[in-house]
Amino acid sequence: MGTLVKAQVAASQLLNEARSLLEEGCRFQMAYLRYMGPVPEIVYLVDRGPNLEFLELTVRAETELPSLSDLVPLLSWYEREIMDLSDIIFTGNPEPFPLVLLEGMALTSLPFDPTSKEILQLFGDTTPPQLPEVLATQVQDLFWGPVRGDVLETGEFHFAYIGEEILHYTPRLFYKHRGIEQDLQQQDPESGVILAERVSGVGTICHGLAYCLAVEDALRLDVPRRAQLLRVILAEMERIYNNLHFFSMLSKTTTLKVGEAFGALLEERAKQINAQLTGHRFLRNVLAVGGLRRDLNVDILPTMLSNLQRDAIDYLDSLSATQSYLDRLIGTGTLSADVAFDFGATGPVAHGSGIKRDLRVHHPYSMYERLSLEIPVRTGGDALARSQVRGEALISAFDLIRQATELLEPGEIAAASPTSQPELADGLGWTEGPRGSCFYAVRIRNGLLERVKIKSASFSNWKVFPLTVHSSNMMDYAINEASFGLTIAGADR
Amino acid sequence: MKNWTLKGLAAGKVTTKWPASGENDGQDKVLGFPTFHPQDCRPGCRECILKCPTRAFSTKTGVNDEESVALDYGRCINCQICVASCPTAALQSSSNLTFASKSRQDLVVDEGVNSRENDELRSRVSSIFKGSLHVRHVDAGSCNGCESELQALCNPFYNLHRLGIFFTPSPRFADVLLVTGPVVPQMKGPLLRTYEAMPRPRFVIAGGTCPISGAPFDMGYSGGSGLEIHLPVDISIPGCPPTPAAFIHGLLLLTDRINQRLHGGGYEQ
Repeated sequence: MGTLVKAQVAASQLLNEARSLLEEGCRFQMAYLRYMGPVPEIVYLVDRGPNLEFLELTVRAETELPSLSDLVPLLSWYEREIMDLSDIIFTGNPEPFPLVLLEGMALTSLPFDPTSKEILQLFGDTTPPQLPEVLATQVQDLFWGPVRGDVLETGEFHFAYIGEEILHYTPRLFYKHRGIEQDLQQQDPESGVILAERVSGVGTICHGLAYCLAVEDALRLDVPRRAQLLRVILAEMERIYNNLHFFSMLSKTTTLKVGEAFGALLEERAKQINAQLTGHRFLRNVLAVGGLRRDLNVDILPTMLSNLQRDAIDYLDSLSATQSYLDRLIGTGTLSADVAFDFGATGPVAHGSGIKRDLRVHHPYSMYERLSLEIPVRTGGDALARSQVRGEALISAFDLIRQATELLEPGEIAAASPTSQPELADGLGWTEGPRGSCFYAVRIRNGLLERVKIKSASFSNWKVFPLTVHSSNMMDYAINEASFGLTIAGADR
Repeated sequence: MKNWTLKGLAAGKVTTKWPASGENDGQDKVLGFPTFHPQDCRPGCRECILKCPTRAFSTKTGVNDEESVALDYGRCINCQICVASCPTAALQSSSNLTFASKSRQDLVVDEGVNSRENDELRSRVSSIFKGSLHVRHVDAGSCNGCESELQALCNPFYNLHRLGIFFTPSPRFADVLLVTGPVVPQMKGPLLRTYEAMPRPRFVIAGGTCPISGAPFDMGYSGGSGLEIHLPVDISIPGCPPTPAAFIHGLLLLTDRINQRLHGGGYEQ
């Protein structure tokens, strides 16, 4: 089974090629920088449609390349990241400002360039960001972050507002950029799992599994059936506790204190079940390239999960019978289907805006094709719609675990080691995590990782989110943000 | 319309009595830090050193020129790989998790090194905060695992407020700075500015393995090597991430309300 078809295109033909791909109904997923020897190339990953191989379109990078952001707005952040980490310039990018490396920071050399001999370091201190000029009188500027209230991830948010109305909103992420893609270079593929599991703590499985699938694709490993089904169970366990957390946060921002406590307690119970199953509250240290590190005893699950499911359903029913909660969600942060598609929304954010795309169904992996799964969809595009699809995803996770458990049979949990290693191998792995699609593209040369590209769900959804904040009001901001259910660690990497 | 007050009351009390009494610390079946007995090592064996993804093991030369292996829990992310690779019983899985320590040295299993006595005055000052402790958290590049567990401290099961410990929105009201993440280059400035904004006396906790040593993100152009080179650290709480109980243990240890369990790398049950 192949995952990729490859094509080359000349820089002068790039715009035309992109246009014709869009006309065929393809969707761009990501773009990244890779070196072939000393030559930099830009790789565009394109989804050609359900059950078809992904297209890897490469263009030899010259100092200047045409930006595709006008045609495919979701590519803008990828282009900016490449501009930050290389000498390449995308002419016509509508926001040619620093993204990953903040203003005030500088690199001693280029991270992915194999010809660079200098010691690579990031140094400096962050200075205020470049912001669009707001042409209006009486505009107030509010900078919130990078250190914010409560226990929150680092991020800085700028609001230009008059009274209650937000005229323009700019999130400044990437304070937490750890350079993980470069950390993985030259590592042995098996030990890379440890880092992949730690890209996003609450996305341990969606990242770890996408990484394993990518390496297994490159090395042509056949993962035993039992390991595949156990991986499904792990992935759906992750969906359960993340979605319970989501409803706790949504209750918090709508000032429903008891609802917040109920959600947090259910999340705690789910994490304790994770520990019972795997020895880790975030399901870490179980995945391995080729299968799992050890077998799991799933006999404990049915009783624990059916109790949790009963209480989760009761909790969701209580929330949807609470007028004050619903009132704050209806019409908040509306995202249209067109904008969601063009700017790359994924997972529940896309589902809430009527886009019926889910990698578990359209590009099934790890035996999801054997399970019956209905993608929850709403067309409202508001916070209510996003919460409703999350609620349905939560309940369907319990059902998927039951289906996978029924198919389980005793057997091997690790693939046999490959007999021969190709000199150069590319692989692609993907998962549909609780927040949406996660992609890992790997290139392995002589048994070591040469390049790993990580695309997290939140990287996509953070790009879309500001569009729902402009022209909304301050009071709804926290609710809108909670309804997107974003994390920063995975986006920043 | 749902009556949430009645629903809440009907649910009854769900908060654990731990650590005052009982064993229900919410960590059942969590695999903790490996126990390590270097005296059981096979001579010359280097399996753990080769397999550990965070370089937590190192060799030491003793008085008789004998080489032995040392383990630094400040670099350990409890991934259990060493346990699987150990050919003898020197390394074993355990359920030991509450490893918070006042001294960095206490995190090292190494025959012969004794733990350094802590500054007595500092511990007298910190015990003033026994009744009420305000914490400012800074995420200096974490994976969000530690944040998730810190948020869990405020859930009804752990209910951190019962212990008189609160998170503050501003460093100006904070007694202690709790840092997560390896301190990546872009977070160094914001971290130091937050510390500067705190009133004295002030304390610093390294929450998780990352801020203790940077592991596993102590490499590359945008990694970090932990908190110690930037700020004086009072308490180190290793773990990837530390469980909520391990965080509670560390916070109580700061104000001398609970005993340190790890001394010179050895753990008291």
